[in-house]
Amino acid sequence: MGVEGIGARVLRKEDKRFITGKGRYTDDFKMAGMHYAAFVRSPHAHAKIRGIDKSAAEAMPGVVGVLDGKQLTGDGIGNLICGWMIHSKDGSPMNMGAWSAIATEHVRYVGDAAAVVVADTLENARAAAEAVVIDYEELPHVIRAVDALKDGAPQLHPEAKGNLIYDWEIGEKDATEQAIAGAAHVTEMEIVNNRLSPNPMEPRAALANYDEADDHFTLYTTSQNPHVARLVLSAFYQVAPEHKLRVIAPDVGGGFGSKIYIYPEEIVCLWASKRLGVPVKWTSDRTEAFLTDAHGRDHVSKARIGFDKDGKIVGFSIDTIANIGAYMSLFSSSVPTYLYATLLSGQYNIANIHCNVRTVYTNTAPVDAYRGAGRPEATYLVERIMETAAREMGMDPAELRRRNFVSEFPHQTPVIMCYDAGDYNATLDAALKAADYANIGKRKEEAKARGKLRGIGLSCYIEACGIAPSAAVGSLGAGVGLWESGEIRVNPVGTVEILTGSHSHGQGHETTFAQLVNERFGLPVDNVQVIHGDTDKVQFGMGTYGSRSGAVGMSALVKALDKVEAKAKKIAAHLMEADEGDIVIEDGEVKVAGTDRKLGWHEVCLAAYTGHNLPQGMEPGLKETAFYDPTNFTFPAGTYVCEVEVDPETGKTEVIQFVAADDFGVIVNPMIVEGQVHGGITQGIGQALLENVIYDDNGQLLTASYMDYAMPRADDVPSYKLSTHETVCPGNPMGMKGCGEAGAIGSPPALINAITDAIGNNNLTMPATPARVWALINGK
Amino acid sequence: MDLNGEEFIPAPRERVWEMLNDPEILRQCIPGCETLEQAEPDQFSAEVVLKIGPVKARFNGEVFIKDKNFPDGYRIEGEGKGGIAGFASGGADVILKEQEDGTLLEYRVDANVGGKIAQLGSRLITSTSKKLAGQFFGKFSELAAQAQTA
Repeated sequence: MGVEGIGARVLRKEDKRFITGKGRYTDDFKMAGMHYAAFVRSPHAHAKIRGIDKSAAEAMPGVVGVLDGKQLTGDGIGNLICGWMIHSKDGSPMNMGAWSAIATEHVRYVGDAAAVVVADTLENARAAAEAVVIDYEELPHVIRAVDALKDGAPQLHPEAKGNLIYDWEIGEKDATEQAIAGAAHVTEMEIVNNRLSPNPMEPRAALANYDEADDHFTLYTTSQNPHVARLVLSAFYQVAPEHKLRVIAPDVGGGFGSKIYIYPEEIVCLWASKRLGVPVKWTSDRTEAFLTDAHGRDHVSKARIGFDKDGKIVGFSIDTIANIGAYMSLFSSSVPTYLYATLLSGQYNIANIHCNVRTVYTNTAPVDAYRGAGRPEATYLVERIMETAAREMGMDPAELRRRNFVSEFPHQTPVIMCYDAGDYNATLDAALKAADYANIGKRKEEAKARGKLRGIGLSCYIEACGIAPSAAVGSLGAGVGLWESGEIRVNPVGTVEILTGSHSHGQGHETTFAQLVNERFGLPVDNVQVIHGDTDKVQFGMGTYGSRSGAVGMSALVKALDKVEAKAKKIAAHLMEADEGDIVIEDGEVKVAGTDRKLGWHEVCLAAYTGHNLPQGMEPGLKETAFYDPTNFTFPAGTYVCEVEVDPETGKTEVIQFVAADDFGVIVNPMIVEGQVHGGITQGIGQALLENVIYDDNGQLLTASYMDYAMPRADDVPSYKLSTHETVCPGNPMGMKGCGEAGAIGSPPALINAITDAIGNNNLTMPATPARVWALINGK
Repeated sequence: MDLNGEEFIPAPRERVWEMLNDPEILRQCIPGCETLEQAEPDQFSAEVVLKIGPVKARFNGEVFIKDKNFPDGYRIEGEGKGGIAGFASGGADVILKEQEDGTLLEYRVDANVGGKIAQLGSRLITSTSKKLAGQFFGKFSELAAQAQTA
């Protein structure tokens, strides 16, 4: 490992601009003649639009347009799509209702766009939006998924009878039921995974311009995947053909999944800019973000797990109801199915698993992938029920897990996934040691003497990253392939530009991708520029989500670097009259092995571009492109241990220690990986202790500001104890697994298991607010 | 949101009844009420400016009086639209009980809010409603006492 190569703690190149206020986000861009959009949003959970009176708004200062859904559809703008087809167990395709970027006849959740005002200033746009009078006829509404399935529940979409989108299953039902029926012990739980708001620091924004001279659109937007945005905007929404649309996702301040999707606002800004002849900008305010950013989680599950007399799992049955909100967001259908139920085997060797998922419409904001996307829901369920089962059987929860660990690889689970590599005992051992698990009894006694309840909880998570082999996801219903592309442009002076289809919105690609070039050629990372997030610069890419930029994005770069290296070696061999096989590239030099003959890297690059003396028939230049399609998911795994102290007088939980032992495969930059784990665990602690999206019975969002939606703060969390254990992933050239989501996936069950241990009651629902914990302690 | 309470009014029950049916008295008593006009018997249109937490809005609405039972009480219902601030709707059952030197007015309020008021002000609605009720009855008692001395 060099000082800037794979495994080095290189400081992040991008942080200089981020911490000096020089980052350039969508809202920082301005255009001549730019106008501002303000959306008129439904205050009702469900209503029919009887009429819209625009006259007062249209007469207000600076207003250039007040537009509605009928005008939008009248101009041929298509409905929003869901990019993953799920079939119900009876073989029928999912029942998807129509979603227009601006409502045409019905609004279906509080925040649904009913009209948009475009004006010369933001103030004028907002003032005029207040003057748009919409005559609503309120309709019956339904907020909770369980209620949406009841007979006589209000119907949201004519396409989805009984609000049911699909009734899907995975695994063998009869075999699982038989196995559980014959079990020596069965643990049953109802497990709720609470609804979350993603809360990236930068709210969503869009700036669209139609250039009449070129008949061409430009869209600046807060996207994790600008090429997918361009594809969907052109192919499905008919906003503009792909070659007439440039999508730029500049610096993006966090996404956590919520910026994968194409939302109504981007569509509307593009459409309005052409219709009104002005550039149109929209920037979400924080309450709009709470209302309209796709939410995460919101599952209610009933689970039963059976063990034989030795504590070996014999069968695991899960029945889940997933709330998808009022409309199907871009990847919403895949989250409670293939990204969730395929991980229900956990780290365990389970012969029989069956999971049934019913996904339903409700009058709430759309729900889609949020950091972890389905895997947190699976992990929470598996690890809560494992811990509870151990307590019921009077076993050490660590020992019960150990008895059931998968220990031979590859391991085919009964729910599609084939685990390729791992060492679950190693991460469990490391975590238990770091947490001083053996002496928890003493610490509980000591806390008891002070009147406090101390508890410890485990979570042995596994997740699937690097999504994913295109043919595999295609066969499961995905509308896209999930490969990645990369281009290496070596300049005549030897500096390198990396063009990647991955997108960095906090991940540090400008540093880690440069480290890869350093590892290969010994060039300083300062000589490497990473270019991403612009469809005019990067040919195509699938973007960043599912912890895929390392395992998939960097693998594409490895393939492109292989080609660059091969060509550079040919040129060098020709110039030095040596055998191509004897050429090595290291420390910025191109050498003939075993001799003192060498050329500077820049000399070889210059030779490639002068073309004065190249091997016979070789094209000039040094630029290579590669597309990489992964062969399997990757499977990061590890053990998290959380220790808490609960004050029985108030029900307040203090997180005393949090230990993480992760296996991410090969690590490029340990500092960045630690940052990802810190952020992930903190988000998980947020879900477990604080965060909760609450709609009241009327469908009003009560948690629409930071006064009511509790985010974790520095004083809510301890300093984490982290370690990593490396098993090399055999599925990609670098042996990487991915680390972006593990913290958020693995941490909630560890924390809840710790609290339930402390209070001696397993029946706790997230978030574990003081009121809830106090009520359980006091039997209320 | 539900809010129950009672208020002693220093006036005879018939006088309190009259006042409760007098648009001008109601206009003076409803906090932030700018206009209250009788459209039909037992129906008024009103314009009220309200501030709930960070949200200030002008509500245009209709007020109806129902279930009149002279002089024991009535139900008053209203529905107001506050533009982008959202909407409010609700009602109050009012019961008048004769007492030695005045009238005991009992009320049971039920109200719903939506839109920005719910999103930003939901924590404050109960406390704001209590404050508004206090202001209403404070003024109502004051006017009743004035009427007695006049």
